[in-house]
Amino acid sequence: MLKLDGVTKVYRIGAFGGQTMTAVDEAGFEIKPGEVVSLIGESGSGKSTIGKMVLRLLPPTSGTISIDGRDVRQMGKRDYYRKVQGVFQDPFSSYNPVFKADRVFAMIREVYFKGVPDKEWTAKIEAALDAVRLSPGAVLNKFPHQLSGGQLQRLLIARALLLDIEYLVADEIISMLDASTRIDVLNLLADLKQRGLGVLFITHDLALGNYISERTVVLHKGRIVEYGPTDAVFEQPEHAYTRKLLASVPQLHTKWEDAS
Amino acid sequence: MTLEVDDLRVYYRTLKGDVQALDGVSFGLRDGEILGLAGESGCGKTTLGKALIRLDGRMKHVGGSVTLDGQVLPIGDDVKMNPYRFKQVSLIPQYSMSAMNPTRKIGRMVRELLESRREKLDLDELHARLDLVELPKDVLGKYPIELSGGMKQRMVMVISTLLNPSLLIADEITSALDVSTQKAVVTTLKGFRDRGFVKSMIFITHDISLTNQLADTIMVMYAGKLAEKAPASTVVNAPKHPYTQLLISSLPEVGVRYADKRLTGIPGNPPSLLDPVPGCRFRDRCPLAFEKCAEDPPPVEVEKDHVVACWKAA
Amino acid sequence: MKAEALYFAIRNTKLLVGAGIILVLLGIGVIGPFFIDKPPTEYVGMQMQPPGGEFWLGTNTFGQDLWAQFVHGLRTTFLVGALGGGIAAVIGMVVGFLAGYKGGWIDEILNMLTNIVLVLPTLAVLFILNAYIGVRSAGMQALFIGLTQWPWAARSIRAQTFSLRGRDFVDLARLSGVGSGRIIMREIAPNMSSYLLLTFILLFGGSILIASSLDFIGLGPTDAVSLGLMLQQAHQWSAMHLGLWWWFVPPGAGITLIVGALYVANVGLDEVFNPKLREL
Ligand SMILES: Nc1ncnc2c1ncn2[C@@H]1O[C@H](COP(=O)(O)OP(=O)(O)OP(=O)(O)O)[C@@H](O)[C@H]1O
Ligand SMILES: Nc1ncnc2c1ncn2[C@@H]1O[C@H](COP(=O)(O)OP(=O)(O)OP(=O)(O)O)[C@@H](O)[C@H]1O
Ligand code: SF4
Ligand SMILES: [Mg+2]
Ligand SMILES: [Mg+2]
Repeated sequence: MLKLDGVTKVYRIGAFGGQTMTAVDEAGFEIKPGEVVSLIGESGSGKSTIGKMVLRLLPPTSGTISIDGRDVRQMGKRDYYRKVQGVFQDPFSSYNPVFKADRVFAMIREVYFKGVPDKEWTAKIEAALDAVRLSPGAVLNKFPHQLSGGQLQRLLIARALLLDIEYLVADEIISMLDASTRIDVLNLLADLKQRGLGVLFITHDLALGNYISERTVVLHKGRIVEYGPTDAVFEQPEHAYTRKLLASVPQLHTKWEDAS
Repeated sequence: MTLEVDDLRVYYRTLKGDVQALDGVSFGLRDGEILGLAGESGCGKTTLGKALIRLDGRMKHVGGSVTLDGQVLPIGDDVKMNPYRFKQVSLIPQYSMSAMNPTRKIGRMVRELLESRREKLDLDELHARLDLVELPKDVLGKYPIELSGGMKQRMVMVISTLLNPSLLIADEITSALDVSTQKAVVTTLKGFRDRGFVKSMIFITHDISLTNQLADTIMVMYAGKLAEKAPASTVVNAPKHPYTQLLISSLPEVGVRYADKRLTGIPGNPPSLLDPVPGCRFRDRCPLAFEKCAEDPPPVEVEKDHVVACWKAA
Repeated sequence: MKAEALYFAIRNTKLLVGAGIILVLLGIGVIGPFFIDKPPTEYVGMQMQPPGGEFWLGTNTFGQDLWAQFVHGLRTTFLVGALGGGIAAVIGMVVGFLAGYKGGWIDEILNMLTNIVLVLPTLAVLFILNAYIGVRSAGMQALFIGLTQWPWAARSIRAQTFSLRGRDFVDLARLSGVGSGRIIMREIAPNMSSYLLLTFILLFGGSILIASSLDFIGLGPTDAVSLGLMLQQAHQWSAMHLGLWWWFVPPGAGITLIVGALYVANVGLDEVFNPKLREL
């Protein structure tokens, strides 16, 4: 179980860090293996900051993040990243544009699978690509700009799968994709959770969060204002902010005017 | 008719040959109409938007014409287009929020922009419009980084409509915003039209649920061609083109759960626009494809205001 | 992408002309001295000879062969340019990459250092160093130029690194357990390779100009001939009044040509790398 406990992040801003800004304030929630937790909130509410702290790209100012009761700061980064991985919002910025896209695999190999013979490695990649339903011929040995956003995001998930991860932080991974590709990536996440993966699904699209998650956390100005099973949050939102968010979701068959 | 686009073709010149990003698109836009332009990434939405205002160095006007308020726009001629830009046609480009000059205070930026168009700044009017989009007057004294994404987006909207253009093109202006800000932005756009700041509008996005909140008509493009164009409610409730049908059925809505109802995407990828094979461009992915589809399906008006380019629908 | 750059490179006249001139001059400077058996400072013949068959560029008031001086001078000038530009580029890169990537207090300290060097009165420092150390070889000159010229390069590299650091692929590399040094070298630097090349070219040209002006005011190397020194001597011995145009025109033209060609090539390279400037 991945657990956040009183996690706070204060950014120093301005020249010489003269001012401070509390981006995340005492956040606490947990992710169990095999479940998707949606982290929902408007822009600037601190969602990515939480994601980055879980991925240890940023140190929390206070509070602890632990896995199965063990503080993650006690784990070496390499061991930690074997268990916890992330995928980010912009598929095009996630790849170094001057290199081929499959370099993200090579990087993993260099650090984690140095001794593995070529043949075994190829088989491993093929298995991971198969899990994200990509055919090796279509995506390997290509530059990022030759692949579609959906393919790139799936490659990144495949990259995470090479490491037998237990938790995945998915930070707005579908907001840059178009509608029909979105659903493919969502379905993929849902399949992975059935294989025991715990997912932190960061989004500002409530419909998407609702589609795959077991539990939902609603964040407002760095504070958690609602936390519970997804059904409960969507059917009986307790906080006014959640209700406002829900009312703003564009619905295909109802217009905003008709709803209010 | 405000806008009349007839068989417009715009290609990108590349080392490997021409990318046929816009290949014979025709449509019209009435006074006061908001057209939602939707379609998969790479289908030519931005290309169409840009073609109506400024072709960049790689773009080539291959054929077709654009008429705005009865005048034919010289879209292939960068210099001759100048008098029309901003005054007749205005574009809010994709990623424009991040394109604001970070070293200029917003007020100064507005003034410089107007000067470059040889127009006087009407401060009262500007303040009135800021009011309308619920921005405080003091944003004019701020730098772009001091505003949130939604505020920047509304500021860009105010700037680009300041001279009351006939046609406003908004390219994916909501994609990076969260739902409540999206709603505010879309409501503002509607208000602009209702108050006559702009006569008509093209709203580009791939979020159909959002387009439907705003647009009178929705046009769906696929691989550089028009697939379907109809009143918004028809596209959403009774689409005729197989691509539109699949697109609509892949949208999750609040209340739909993976566990109860698994939605599906559209398998396959769109064709390359370098030298596409003739015939319907959706053929490889279309569940209804048959022999006839090896020929280009022409856009046909199947009922009033409902145009479909598909052999099965006609 | 590489192939595309090459495609535009071989079609870019500015780049071809600039690089062509540099290569020809470099060739003369590198190969030329092997064909001249006497040292360039030796008194070889008649004084004040105009250019002719025996002495291609004539001789000066001491009877030194000006062609020999020119050829050796080219070599020194290129050497100082490459060394000075190289040292400045390396320091600028190290400082810029570290400050931009690490941020925080490292950035603040390096920024302070950059600003100090930037406002340092270079000439005064050089006079003092000269008086105290008194070593005046071409190598020392290059070292000095390198040590004082890097700040603007460091600044612009820092800014670029800073914006690249925020890109997701850098975070992704960190998530792959890759260390900072490798991320800078293998993720960030390759994205700026064209920019780094342009920076080096500008530093190279800048070093040659600075070296020539140092030579001209009498702070040049004492153990070598350079184009700047030739100019200085021509000036000192009133070549202009004596009508010895062949003494000062070739070195002057040489410096102008090298620096000019470098800048033209630089503009050409910029067009090759920057798709917005490309003419198709
Ligand atoms: N490096 C930083 N330095 C200072 N402030 C920061 C930094 N990164 C983020 N912030 C601020 O922290 C707050 C939370 O940012 P964060 O990126 O976590 O938001 P978010 O919920 O992910 O928003 P979005 O939906 O726009 O991605 C914002 O107000 C932001 O301006
Ligand atoms: N400068 C260019 N050179 C060559 N091809 C280009 C260029 N710009 C765009 N294209 C191609 O033209 C086609 C249409 O691109 P366009 O940007 O209009 O798509 P879009 O519908 O706006 O997509 P998105 O939803 O991703 O913004 C794409 O296939 C794209 O690859
Ligand atoms: S024309 Fe044929 S291939 Fe194209 S959409 Fe219609 S049925 Fe499908
Ligand atoms: Mg974020
Ligand atoms: Mg676009």
